Amino acid sequence: MAETILHVKNLHTTFFSHHKKIEAIRGVDLDVYDGDFLAVVGESGSGKSVTMKSVMGLLPKNAECTADELVFDGKDLLKMSEKERRQMCGGQIAMIFQDPMTSLDPLQTIGFHLREVLKRHRGLRGKEADAEAIRVLAQVGIPSPEQRLNEYPHEFSGGMRQRVLIAMALSCQPKLLIADEPTTALDVTIQAQILELLHRLRDELGMSVVLITHDLGVVANLCNRVAVMYGGLIMEQGEVDDIYYRPQHPYTRALLGAVPNPKGHREGRLVAIPGSAPSLANPPAGCPFSPRCDFAHEACSQAMPEFIAYGGERRARCTLTGAELDAKEAAANAEAGKTSTEVKELA
Amino acid sequence: MENEKHWTRRSAAWLAFKRDKSAIITVTLLFIIIIACLIAPLIPIDPDEPDLLNRLAPPDFSSEHIFGTDEMGRDYFMRVLYGGRVSLLVGVLAMLTSLAIGIIVGTVSGLAGGIVDAILMRAVDILSSIPWMVLVMVVSIFFKPGLTSIILVIGLFSWMEIARLVRNETQTIKERDFVQYARLCGVSPALVIARHIIPAALPTIITASTTSLASAIMTESALSFLGVGVQQPMSSWGSLLNSAQGTMATSIYMAIIPGLLIVIVIFAFNKVGNILRVFANPQVMSGERS
Amino acid sequence: MTTPNNSQKQTVTAGNTPHDDIILEARDLCKHFPLRSFFGRSKHVVKAVDGIDLRIRRGETFGLVGESGCGKSTLGRTLIRMYEPTSGSVFFDGQDITNVTGRKLVDIHRRMQIVFQDPYLSLDPHLNVREIVSEPMRVGNKLSAAEIDDKVAEILDRVSLHRDDMYKFAYEFSGGQRQRIGIARALSVNPEFILCDEPISALDVSIQAQVVNMLEDLQEEFGLTYLFVAHDLSMVRHISTRIGVMYLGRLVEVAPADELYENPLHPYSRALLSAVPIPDPHLASMRKRIPLEGELPSPLNVPEGCRFCTRCPQVKDSCKKDSPQLKEVYPGHFLACGSCA
Repeated sequence: MAETILHVKNLHTTFFSHHKKIEAIRGVDLDVYDGDFLAVVGESGSGKSVTMKSVMGLLPKNAECTADELVFDGKDLLKMSEKERRQMCGGQIAMIFQDPMTSLDPLQTIGFHLREVLKRHRGLRGKEADAEAIRVLAQVGIPSPEQRLNEYPHEFSGGMRQRVLIAMALSCQPKLLIADEPTTALDVTIQAQILELLHRLRDELGMSVVLITHDLGVVANLCNRVAVMYGGLIMEQGEVDDIYYRPQHPYTRALLGAVPNPKGHREGRLVAIPGSAPSLANPPAGCPFSPRCDFAHEACSQAMPEFIAYGGERRARCTLTGAELDAKEAAANAEAGKTSTEVKELA
Repeated sequence: MENEKHWTRRSAAWLAFKRDKSAIITVTLLFIIIIACLIAPLIPIDPDEPDLLNRLAPPDFSSEHIFGTDEMGRDYFMRVLYGGRVSLLVGVLAMLTSLAIGIIVGTVSGLAGGIVDAILMRAVDILSSIPWMVLVMVVSIFFKPGLTSIILVIGLFSWMEIARLVRNETQTIKERDFVQYARLCGVSPALVIARHIIPAALPTIITASTTSLASAIMTESALSFLGVGVQQPMSSWGSLLNSAQGTMATSIYMAIIPGLLIVIVIFAFNKVGNILRVFANPQVMSGERS
Repeated sequence: MTTPNNSQKQTVTAGNTPHDDIILEARDLCKHFPLRSFFGRSKHVVKAVDGIDLRIRRGETFGLVGESGCGKSTLGRTLIRMYEPTSGSVFFDGQDITNVTGRKLVDIHRRMQIVFQDPYLSLDPHLNVREIVSEPMRVGNKLSAAEIDDKVAEILDRVSLHRDDMYKFAYEFSGGQRQRIGIARALSVNPEFILCDEPISALDVSIQAQVVNMLEDLQEEFGLTYLFVAHDLSMVRHISTRIGVMYLGRLVEVAPADELYENPLHPYSRALLSAVPIPDPHLASMRKRIPLEGELPSPLNVPEGCRFCTRCPQVKDSCKKDSPQLKEVYPGHFLACGSCA
């Protein structure tokens, strides 16, 4: 197995506002390997973004973050001084965000932004920095980078701005690139371009990529590993094919069922997940998905289920195994089939 | 859930208040001043009765005239209290007048747009380009002197800033989906303003009204100081300041007391405005949006 | 004004034969937004919708897709007369509603309603659910408090909300519940046609399915017609009967949903559909993505001829001169392309 580049164990992040505390992350274990393309999938409030911000040390002042282990590239992030950690995060670990405009100063040129980063993280100045800036802009597929260096962020389209941000991240030669919903604000055609770019860059530069997204469709053919988050916890994680074709957790199954079938049109109704996500201000004691889960039984709401391992890296946090879920589902279908035939007979 | 959200709103305002020490002090003082002015008629001392033996007595908390007496020997404490009644009354009523005009002009102008907006806003520009003091002085010559005319004069010439603020706010609010929807469904413009626009513009209106209240009190003081405000024997803080001019050299306290009160009250109203604005802020109201 | 040789233009409309039950029809519809310069003179014009011919049949769901800035929302809002058309005409249920105003327009809007994208911005935070939902029905009607209570309770029940939710404020609900309040409000006047203006794009995946299922149920129950504007192409395919693809203010292709996804003809439709995310690793990696060259031209300065000619992989010389019109290439499949038809 490839070398571990980021190792997170038992990460907890809590936000305190003046009258309540929100437990955004409640014990996340995550490993990112060298050359990985990991997708962290979850809905809003699942903690997917906060997990990565906690690793980066990008949390607001009212947040408290604890972890048993937080190791990046053999260095313990927890033991680092604030300054060392800041140098590390932003250099060796780079992050890009959903809205590129908020990360760029509208009054400064693209060249200025890139030169700043190159100066701070690699000590490049003057001509050297310019040459490097042009090189990374070309690398992310921005046409005629020499001219665009002197343009301002508003002269770039949304997709191009996101490319500039990726270029800024790459200019530090990171080992790990974290992309926080980089394409949510973009159109599908641009989205596809940006995602392909990320994929290509990972191969060319040999870095690892963590892509945070809410859309299972976005990452299907790009990532090699997937972690599904819900209610501040990882619910299931594993290789991409396992997650898409053999999901073991009811939430993953429900999520895949809630989107239209890619092969055809209108095979009846979508399978909606009833209810809405739990409030993390007052998280349930048991499985956070249990109030919405078709397979929930008494034990689910009482205690947090432990992970069941399915070989290798693959595990799901549920009281039932995938096989048990299948059996239950088959039984329920048979039941439904029986009642419908009964109804027919009655009619 | 419900209580929690409402509590958020109230506690946010409370926090804004608690953090600001000067707000606590001035608002407490304001409270005391208002209560004192309100209960003044219950105190059995006549503010107009001269005590000729005790003219221009300096403040002395052990004597019967705790703020001293004026040049006619009238009890200055009571005169300040009665003056406060007039000043605050003028302030509140003039504020309401200018608020009413400002909100109507502002919302109509902002909602209607086009030619209506252009005409109303040019009128606002013209009115606000004339120095208000000149305007008020000229107009007050035509009005019969008295409390009502002072209130009207101040109210009628101080709404322009409110109108402008409300109009700008209305222009943003009217683009929101729920306003567009109401108009689509044929809800009358008056109802759109009352139901959707004014509640949404409330933070702005509250801030504007406290500023306007403070400036009305100040204008009244200035008018009375210049001698075109309230007439004797009625007094306001401004007219007390005015009459203190003659005895400034010997009895400086006669100028300091009403002057200080004006400053405290205006400062306090601005503070109240800041706190109320936090309270009416829709972001605070709607809780967190993730 | 915008289309040259208007006189020779053959009216080809994206619908079927005339005896279909057409509920909404647009003929050469345009909506231009003047951009005012500093001195108030309009110099530039954004042609958000520029010469649209469209027919929507009663009871169907017409999906409208395209990238941001293509004018799909503007088209929807112009069709329901939320915006004033610049030129062209709109027919609703056989009646020309292009220049209808006042009381008559209000009546039209009782029959054509809208559900907005953002469930946070579309509900007034200062009103409770009862006031929000009853707003459209109270226009021009004097209803007693009890009547309003009954009607609102009935509609809330239809969208799976509880009667007691009536006295709560919008901010007490989650995004999906808010969107249901928005749907309830549209239903309150028993409309025949609802413009769904990206109603699910602000919602989480697990909630989207709830809302889509609800829209489908309501359509069946009340015989509604939807114009479903969206940029999530897989959801559009699921819900729509027919789909129109827009590019820079023009319809480039109109076809039945499955037909469009399985056999897209316009180069732009192909590129767009090849970029749709597929939640299936094997299918996704098997698919060939057709890249789109260049950037979307500014709507202030649209290319002459076919609007897609600057980015089209199959561009011909003639494309830069002639603006193609929608033509029926297969039964029910309309295409506006000069090079592939």
